[in-house]
Amino acid sequence: MNIPLFSAVVFAASALAGFLGALTGLGGGVVVTPVLALLLGVDLHYAMGASLVSVIATSSGAAAAYVREGFSNIRVGMFLEIATTIGAVAGAHLTSVVPASALGVIFGVVLLYSAWQSLREHRDHLTADCDPLADRLRMNGAFPERGRSIRYCVARVKSGFALMFGAGLLSGLLGIGSGAMKVIAMDQVMRIPFKVSTTTSNFMIGVTAAASVGVYLRRGYIRPGLAMPVMLGVLLGSLLGARHLIGAGTRALRLVFGTVVGVMAVEMIYNGLTGRL
Amino acid sequence: MTRMTDELLDLIISRILQLGVLISALLVLAGGVWYLAGSAGVPQPFGHYQPGGGVRALLALPRSEVVILAGLLLLAATPVVRVAFSLFAFAVQKDWTYVAVTAVVLGVLLYSLLMGV
Repeated sequence: MNIPLFSAVVFAASALAGFLGALTGLGGGVVVTPVLALLLGVDLHYAMGASLVSVIATSSGAAAAYVREGFSNIRVGMFLEIATTIGAVAGAHLTSVVPASALGVIFGVVLLYSAWQSLREHRDHLTADCDPLADRLRMNGAFPERGRSIRYCVARVKSGFALMFGAGLLSGLLGIGSGAMKVIAMDQVMRIPFKVSTTTSNFMIGVTAAASVGVYLRRGYIRPGLAMPVMLGVLLGSLLGARHLIGAGTRALRLVFGTVVGVMAVEMIYNGLTGRL
Repeated sequence: MTRMTDELLDLIISRILQLGVLISALLVLAGGVWYLAGSAGVPQPFGHYQPGGGVRALLALPRSEVVILAGLLLLAATPVVRVAFSLFAFAVQKDWTYVAVTAVVLGVLLYSLLMGV
């Protein structure tokens, strides 16, 4: 395929991935990589590089809106970013020793897990069991709901921190935002309200991804000609998707999209195992 | 007083993020149009990975791709500027614990970005 046609196809596919990624909360980056690698014949490392760049764009674009609404917890985010950025640098370095086939398998497993996670119902686990460390770090906060301010406190800071290192590691290793893993660490382990967890995660994703960019550039994973249509497409798609976030019929769309993503994940694992990546 | 500063901080951070993304998207778009105009009939070269050597090697690419690269680098710098601004804001609040926390994050980011040169 010649470059102009190829770029147009990549742009359209990225816009669709960004739209559906924002709608389901999966994120555009984790969806666009398998599309590029499985359907459009792009090398996995180049796909990861382009995806990483698009992750920064959507995170910074979306976080701007969330931060203004007062949902995200900047202290929790900043503290956990120590773990995610160090993890990301380590993960990005690992890409030079982990073979592409293994990356494909890990990617598929993470994708499957993220898809499953996005289909689950979410309930807040507000707790009275505050971690004294959270108190000392002034992490406990409040978020607005129906005009009222609801207070929450943060549990198990150390476990959350350890999980965030893992989230960062996967982010650097696979060129994704690791949003699903970040939300699990905050929502399930640290007992932060779901809304605050997702928005703080969004806020953190850009910083985590930026920590891998240097290593990706050095390794030559980021090709401007490929990153261009991917970044513009995912950004446009996710901005449109965020507007339709709370609409009727989202449930059905989530199921369809979750199934498609599941099939892609299985194909990534299969191609990895058979050495086709 | 602290509350007020926090809200102002949030607002400024969100403006930094928006502006950074907007300018970098425009740069990438401009470079992209130029790149596409000069690449009719050229087959896409992204099928096989070839090890590269960082930003310095990328600067040898055609000008249009260097413009795209400039947009991408600005994009990568946006979160760094955000963290740097948070450092400043925590210092204004005399919250030394978080000045230290933010300094570590900023250090890791700068280390990583310098690796890419």
